[in-house]
Amino acid sequence: MDTILEIKKLSKHFADFTSVDGIDFSVEEGGFFSILGPSGCGKTTLLRMISGFEEESEGEILIRGKSMKGVPPEQRPVNIVFQSLALFPMMNVKENVAFGLKRKKLQKNVIDHKVAQMLGRVGLSGFERKKVTELSGGQRQRVAIARSLVMEPSILLLDEPLGALDRKLREHMKIELKLLQKELGTTFIYITHDQSEALVMSDKIAVMNKGRFEQVDTPRELYKNPKTAFVASFVGESNRFEIIHKEGDVLTTKGQWKLTKSGLDFTPVVLYIRPEAFILSPTEERKDISVFEVTIKTVLFDGANTKLSTFAQGSDDEILISLPQNAHFEDLCEGDTIQVGVHQDDLKCYEEE
Amino acid sequence: MQQKKRFNTTFWLLIVPVLLWLVVLIVLPHLDLLISSFQVKNSAGENVFSLNNYLAFFNNDIYWGTFLKTAGYAVFVTLLAFVISFPVAFYLTKVISKKYAGLLVLLLLIPLWVGELVTVYGWMILLGDHGVINHFLLFLGMIDKPINMLYTDLSMVIGLLYMSMLFMVVPIMTTLESLDDAYIEAASDLGAGKWTIFTKIIIPYSMPGIISGAIIVFMLVIGDFLAPDILGGKHSLWFTEQIYSKFLQTFNWGEGAAFGFLLLFLSSAIVWLALKLSGQKLEKVGS
Ligand SMILES: Nc1ncnc2c1ncn2[C@@H]1O[C@H](COP(=O)(O)OP(=O)(O)OP(=O)(O)O)[C@@H](O)[C@H]1O
Ligand SMILES: [Mg+2]
Repeated sequence: MDTILEIKKLSKHFADFTSVDGIDFSVEEGGFFSILGPSGCGKTTLLRMISGFEEESEGEILIRGKSMKGVPPEQRPVNIVFQSLALFPMMNVKENVAFGLKRKKLQKNVIDHKVAQMLGRVGLSGFERKKVTELSGGQRQRVAIARSLVMEPSILLLDEPLGALDRKLREHMKIELKLLQKELGTTFIYITHDQSEALVMSDKIAVMNKGRFEQVDTPRELYKNPKTAFVASFVGESNRFEIIHKEGDVLTTKGQWKLTKSGLDFTPVVLYIRPEAFILSPTEERKDISVFEVTIKTVLFDGANTKLSTFAQGSDDEILISLPQNAHFEDLCEGDTIQVGVHQDDLKCYEEE
Repeated sequence: MQQKKRFNTTFWLLIVPVLLWLVVLIVLPHLDLLISSFQVKNSAGENVFSLNNYLAFFNNDIYWGTFLKTAGYAVFVTLLAFVISFPVAFYLTKVISKKYAGLLVLLLLIPLWVGELVTVYGWMILLGDHGVINHFLLFLGMIDKPINMLYTDLSMVIGLLYMSMLFMVVPIMTTLESLDDAYIEAASDLGAGKWTIFTKIIIPYSMPGIISGAIIVFMLVIGDFLAPDILGGKHSLWFTEQIYSKFLQTFNWGEGAAFGFLLLFLSSAIVWLALKLSGQKLEKVGS
């Protein structure tokens, strides 16, 4: 696969604040690349530098090997879907989508054809004459995406495009966007602070924090092997324990709970365990699985996401454990004590926060 | 039901003073004028119904010629006001910070505070043969005898522009304030240059403001009396001056009233036509 976008040591300093702090990464042609990070970590600033609305303080942006230094936004082979969508309110759907094509001075019938085709793609055929103010949130979303995609950009930048939608519609659009991207083969760079969006859609995810990338990886790797404590806490749900003592392979948490992990060559300060990493009532005894007893405090019912809030015996560490919704565990209730195991590979230890 | 009834009482409480104000202060005096516009005195000195007052306007080319000229100038001043006001409004809303914008708008309001008469005399001092501008140009040696600026169409247009411009700036500012910068960035992202962004995004977006500003300016200018009367020369006869002379010089109240109504209806007709031609709707402009 060819590299379509290469970012080298990119920084952006505002008067009293560094928003993007020396970022390096590259994106492959046709990929779905997500940038995931909490609010204010510099995602929009990074995207605005790629699209040319913000000038970089340091570093370089290369698109297909060509430096973008000094190239104005209207000449870059990228298009952006804004956080606010920015559909032109005085134009109808068709005029919005045709706006960019008209700037390319294409012939009218070519424009008409492309617009009709793109509107068909996003499922908005027949909406040509509708005013954008008369559309629903999801439809406006699709017009914004169509307006950018019809330009056939090398890279499409999307800045939290699903942020304004309700949860149901967001779930739906998530899948639709992914399918559209696959079908068109356009490279997407997608910004979000919603980890589930990033996990579902992306080929690769960069986790961003305070202007830096903490880890760039596939969704699976990111989830299974978070490289830093921040990634472990931000991607997916995790139990967090502070470690106060290490003796041989035995780690002691602040709540006086003991766990075994071999092969550690440093003294960790925090440890993360995912709720679904716990094995309920383990049947076989294995040396790489720590087994202990927990007391159920409450059952947090949430369908397939149901969890047990528990205490490890002899400690005050609260532990969230996923509860599979099958008949086997149906009658677990408050106050019960059960055996729980956790594999040592599922203990994610970090030297620093 | 209850809700609806309460709403009605409040509604009436609010609407009654407005209606009273309209009827007593605006409709009644005009009703009297309307009646007299349809009356002429017969040989016995009695008032009788007649259309002669209105026909006088159409039969005498000085009258309708003056009206056409007045309307033409009003359109011209309106266009000029737009050309000058738009950059001002754009600068105040999009270029400088809000803090200074407030102060500058306040400065723009000063001509309104001091009143039209004072500003008109101000312009006389500036534009006169021995006025500030001529004095300055003479002093610099750029001219060797004073340029005649006062009592010309130029001085009249300046005066009209000066007193009406603010009414163009403010509505345009209001629409521009609601223009999200993301629209401009989106257009530029889609390949539009500065000129295209201006003509295809900014102007269409602020059209409601432009149109409402234009209506106000046009109406103010076409119905203005002071600026044409004091700053305009002998040749820049304004239609309001003709109405004035009917009332106060020839004491022909019937014709004066008829001309007044003609001014109202013809200028409204021009506004209506302009709205139709520009494809704008009055409801939208008003909001
Ligand atoms: N023009 C600017 N001047 C000064 N600071 C700025 C400017 N633009 C952004 N910042 C700062 O840079 C930081 C990153 O902003 P940015 O908009 O990139 O965040 P984000 O990751 O997109 O957040 P969100 O998810 O809330 O959209 C913020 O702390 C913001 O205050
Ligand atoms: Mg943002």
